[in-house]
Amino acid sequence: MSDKGVAQIWRKIKSLYNIEGSHCKTCDTYYFPPRLVCPKCRRKGDLEEFHFKGLGKIHTFAIVRQAPQDFKRQVPYIVAQVELDEGPRLTAQIVNCEPEEIEIGMRVRACFRKIREFGQEGIIVYGYKFEPTMKVTGHK
Amino acid sequence: MEKDVAIIGVGMSKFGELWDKSIREITLEAAMTAIFDSGVHGKDIDGIVVGNMSAGRFTGQEHLGALAADMGGMSSVTAYSVEAACASGAAAVRQAYMAIKSGEHDMMLVLGAEKMSDVTQSAAMDTMSVATDWEWEGMFGATLPALYAFMARRHMKEYGTTEEHLSMVTVKNHKNAQWNPWAQFQRPVPLEVVMRSGLIADPIRVLHSAPVTDGAAGLIMCSAEKAKEFTDSPVYVVSSEQASDTLALHDRRDITTMDAAVRASKTSLQESGLTIKDIDVFELHDSFTIGEIILTEDIGITEKGKGGKILEEGLTELDGKFPVNPSGGLKARGHPIGATGVAQVVEIALQLRGDAEKRQVDGAEKGMTVSVGGTGATAIVHILGR
Repeated sequence: MSDKGVAQIWRKIKSLYNIEGSHCKTCDTYYFPPRLVCPKCRRKGDLEEFHFKGLGKIHTFAIVRQAPQDFKRQVPYIVAQVELDEGPRLTAQIVNCEPEEIEIGMRVRACFRKIREFGQEGIIVYGYKFEPTMKVTGHK
Repeated sequence: MEKDVAIIGVGMSKFGELWDKSIREITLEAAMTAIFDSGVHGKDIDGIVVGNMSAGRFTGQEHLGALAADMGGMSSVTAYSVEAACASGAAAVRQAYMAIKSGEHDMMLVLGAEKMSDVTQSAAMDTMSVATDWEWEGMFGATLPALYAFMARRHMKEYGTTEEHLSMVTVKNHKNAQWNPWAQFQRPVPLEVVMRSGLIADPIRVLHSAPVTDGAAGLIMCSAEKAKEFTDSPVYVVSSEQASDTLALHDRRDITTMDAAVRASKTSLQESGLTIKDIDVFELHDSFTIGEIILTEDIGITEKGKGGKILEEGLTELDGKFPVNPSGGLKARGHPIGATGVAQVVEIALQLRGDAEKRQVDGAEKGMTVSVGGTGATAIVHILGR
C-alpha cells in the first residue's frame, strides 16, 4: 500500500483528536464524521461544528485476527461500531478490554491513542480509540 | 425508441489462483469464449465495457477498456471500464444494457476481470478495504471481514441467527460448485470443517469468506432484433436496477438490512411485473455468508430475521423452492471482484438456456442476480428471462 501523505491526515485532526463532527440546526441531527451537507435537509440544512462528549455504547463488534500489514502487530484486536450518546455511530478500536470481556451494549468512553503508522517511513496517526467506562469509574 | 436487450453469448476464464496468467490473458480468454459462444465476429461489436475494481493496485495496470480492445484486435472500438467496488461487474452489465436500450450501441462485449493473486494476502486485504469508507473505517483497522462480522453479530443478537447458519451457506454453495467446471473449489465441504476453520474476524471464519481469486467473465449483449440474426434462444435482460446507500456501515439505518438491495430488487420486480415467487433461480452476493443470509431477506425470499432458518428447511438448495447460487456463489466459484457481477449473469443465462448441466434448475424461466458493492453501499439487480 502506498504511504499516505501528511495532508490527508492533517486535515482530519480536529475530528480525530477531539471527536468533532457536525450538528444540523435545521433538523437537530448530529453527525460524525463531519458532513459538508446534511443528508436529511440537503441545501436547507444548516451545519455547525459539534464537539461530541465521547461517551457511548457498543453497537456491534469483531475481533480481528487477520489484519493488513500496518495492524499485524496488534492482532488480535477489537474493532467496534460505537453508538455515541448524541446518536451517531462510528468505527473504532476498543482498548483496555480483553476480547472475551466485550459485549453489545457495554458502555465505553473515548481515549487518545496512536492509531497506526503508514509503513516504516510513513507518518504516525493519533486519534480516538474507546475503552470500557467501568475500567475507569468502577461501574457499568 | 426503447429497445429490448438480449444476451447471446457467455464465457468465462477458469476461476482460481492463476499464477501463470496475467490480467490481459484471462480477460481475453473470457472475451473469446463469449464471442465464440455467440457466433458474432469482432467487426459486429461496436463497444466494450469492462467491470473492474482495482487493477491499478492489484496489478499496476489501469485503462482496461483500451487494453481489452487492443488484445482482441479491435482497437478502434469504443471501450472503457466502470467501477462500483465488488459490484463493478454488474455495473458493466448495466452500462451495456443502458447503451443498447438507448440505441447508442448495437452490440457490446461486456467483461468483468480481476487479478488478485499478484499481490500478497495482506496487500490484497488492504486493497479490498478501499471498497468501504476507507477514511473512517479501514483507517482504524476495520477490515472488510470485520465489517461483515459487525452485521453478522448484530443479526445474531436480533434474530437468533447462529454460527451454524453462517456455515450452512458455505456447505450449500460448495455442494453446488462441484458441478461447475469454472469454479475455484469444485468440492463439497462438511459442516464440521467449516465450523472449525480459522477465525479471521469473529464470528467470521475463513470458510465463511470468498477466497482471493483471479478470473474474468464475458457476455455478448445486443438488441433483441439483432439477436435473431445469431440465435433462436436468446436470454433477455428483463430489468436492470441500481441503488446506493451510505458508504460507511456505521451510517446505516439498520446494519442487518441492505436498504440499497431492498430498493433495487423491489423496483426491479415492479418494473418487470413479477413477484419474487416468479423467479426460479438466484445468484446472490455471498462474499461473506452472512451476506447471502441478509440478501434472502432483503429481496423477499423470506421475512426479516428468517434468513438463517430457511437454510435448515433447504429452501435455497438446488432442488428447493428458491435455489440460490447454483454456480457455487462467490464462496465456492470464487470472487475475482470485478468479474463477479458478470459471472453471476453468465450463470443465470446458462440456467435459462438449460445449459447448466448437473447444476441445472429444472425448467428455469426467470432468474435474478444481486450484486453488492462494499458493505452494501451499491446494489445492482438484474432480472433475466427467456
